[in-house]
Amino acid sequence: MKPGATPYLFLLPYLVIFALFWAWPILDSLLLSFQNTRVYPPVWDPGVNWGRILRDAAFWDALRNTLLILVIQVPLMLALATMLALALNSQLLRARGFFRFAFFAPVVVGAVAYSAVFRLLFNPNGAVNAALGLEFNWLFDPVGAMVVIIVALTWRWTGYNAIIILAGLQNIPKELYEAAEIDGASPWQQFWRITLPSLRPVLLFCLVLSIIGTLQLFTEPWLITNGGPGTATTTLGVYLYRQGFQNINFGYASAIAYVITLLALVFSLIQLRMFGREP
Amino acid sequence: MKRRFWQGLALHLFLTPLALLWLAPLWLMLVFSTHPETAIFSTPTPLLPGDRFWANLQNLQADTNFLRALFNSVAVSSLYTLLSLVLTSLAGYAFARFQFFGKGLLFSLVIATLTIPYFAVVIPQFILVAREAKTLLALFIGMGVFGGVAVLLAWLRFSPGLSRWLWLGYLTAALAYLFWGVPALREALSFDFRLTNTYWAVILPALANSLGVFFMRQNFLSLPQSLLEAARIDGASELRIFFRIALPLVLPAMAALAIILFLSAWNDYLWPLLVLSDKNMQTAPVALGSLIGLTRVSWGGIMVGAVLTTLPFLILFLFLQRYFIAGITAGGVKD
Repeated sequence: MKPGATPYLFLLPYLVIFALFWAWPILDSLLLSFQNTRVYPPVWDPGVNWGRILRDAAFWDALRNTLLILVIQVPLMLALATMLALALNSQLLRARGFFRFAFFAPVVVGAVAYSAVFRLLFNPNGAVNAALGLEFNWLFDPVGAMVVIIVALTWRWTGYNAIIILAGLQNIPKELYEAAEIDGASPWQQFWRITLPSLRPVLLFCLVLSIIGTLQLFTEPWLITNGGPGTATTTLGVYLYRQGFQNINFGYASAIAYVITLLALVFSLIQLRMFGREP
Repeated sequence: MKRRFWQGLALHLFLTPLALLWLAPLWLMLVFSTHPETAIFSTPTPLLPGDRFWANLQNLQADTNFLRALFNSVAVSSLYTLLSLVLTSLAGYAFARFQFFGKGLLFSLVIATLTIPYFAVVIPQFILVAREAKTLLALFIGMGVFGGVAVLLAWLRFSPGLSRWLWLGYLTAALAYLFWGVPALREALSFDFRLTNTYWAVILPALANSLGVFFMRQNFLSLPQSLLEAARIDGASELRIFFRIALPLVLPAMAALAIILFLSAWNDYLWPLLVLSDKNMQTAPVALGSLIGLTRVSWGGIMVGAVLTTLPFLILFLFLQRYFIAGITAGGVKD
């Protein structure tokens, strides 16, 4: 064995899988989106899916719902996660283990399990109505159903982001705060001048992850509300699943997949442009 | 000092109700799994466990073969974790330890996929694995042919004058294969591997885990390189250095990665839903998901299913918090 071949041998098993199940599918997805897959064998017809997507009201509904969750749930969750991380990092906190467990426990809960629980909690006869003294049918109201999805997502993912932000907090050098203390900076000033700027890369990372996660939201709306009532909680993920795997139209589903991919790329680029440059 | 006391009090007054609210869904999941339907939907909501856990489990087992699904989940998740650890640590080691042609390009390619949504690949993956697995064979043959052409071109490089146009040769071969080779091979190979409803259908695509490669690379980079060099000078083979020296040193990190890999496989829903239709092959989340939304099901039973898929990890989390958290923060904050 020549020494030059060694690194390739270490890489080979992974690269074969990577090429087959990631590199090639990314390309194939694009190729499929240009094909009419409702005939057999599929024929090359770039207009059929991309033309349809422009005129498809249900697609725009799904896009609107997804972006709605994106602009409401993601900032809400990241703000809450930052507050939690600060609180959990505080010297004044007692019973730290209990609080960490309470907020981090959802990290191990699967989407199917918690979707089932939230579906029960927000049932007309469920615990939420009982606690609030309401008789509101959350899952059959367009706004109510969206609220349930947002609450469920926030419950599941806030602790996850708080873990990452907490790790970021602990990486900030203590000397910075000591110097600020000597200069007479208030805690509030320290937060805005030291903590937040130092957390920028970490928050950016959480933001990118959350956006990609939201763009491909599927399990929660599928199991809690089944995309309904009507199309009120149909996300791009749910719509893609319906088109691809219920209507078996891979070409159209691939076009939707590429819209999701392009959105993810655009958001990532915007974030890099706006926040990426380090001072 | 007095000010600190009031600040601390305010902190706890803010955090305690929030923490209880956060624990409520988990507690109610436990409670509901031990009550009959009528109690779950009655007011006031039961807040303490009842005695119907076994009855609910029997209902769940009758609605869907849940114990078998749990077994499938254990098998799929363990096998996946094991294989993924091997693949990602081998690849991560190569990226951390060696200089070789194409390293920068390959590594950026692997890392770039971290920001690509899973949906971008799910349909072709499904076509590969489930719908017409012959595509898989077509790709293998194609990769062989393409690899052969590439080797031929690499050999031709030694003849002077051609090397400048080498990239053009690769490009032509790749494009020809993509636009002509793949469709033609797809047509020519008209049999089906029938990978659906096998463990492999679930495991194989997920093995392309770039976060794992990145994580293992970071850990191998942090090893003292002089130690590995010394072993090489003593004449140990590269594989031996990897297995006997490098791997044992990163075992704690691998434990963190293993937890995250196992958990992600355990909780995965969409992909197993697509490739597992046979009731006896379904994983626990797919079996559970098939019940939610049906009109005639035992909700107590579904809660038992939720508890059985969640509780072991909650208990593990209590003891292995450090490893869970290490796994979660692996991608982001290290720089």
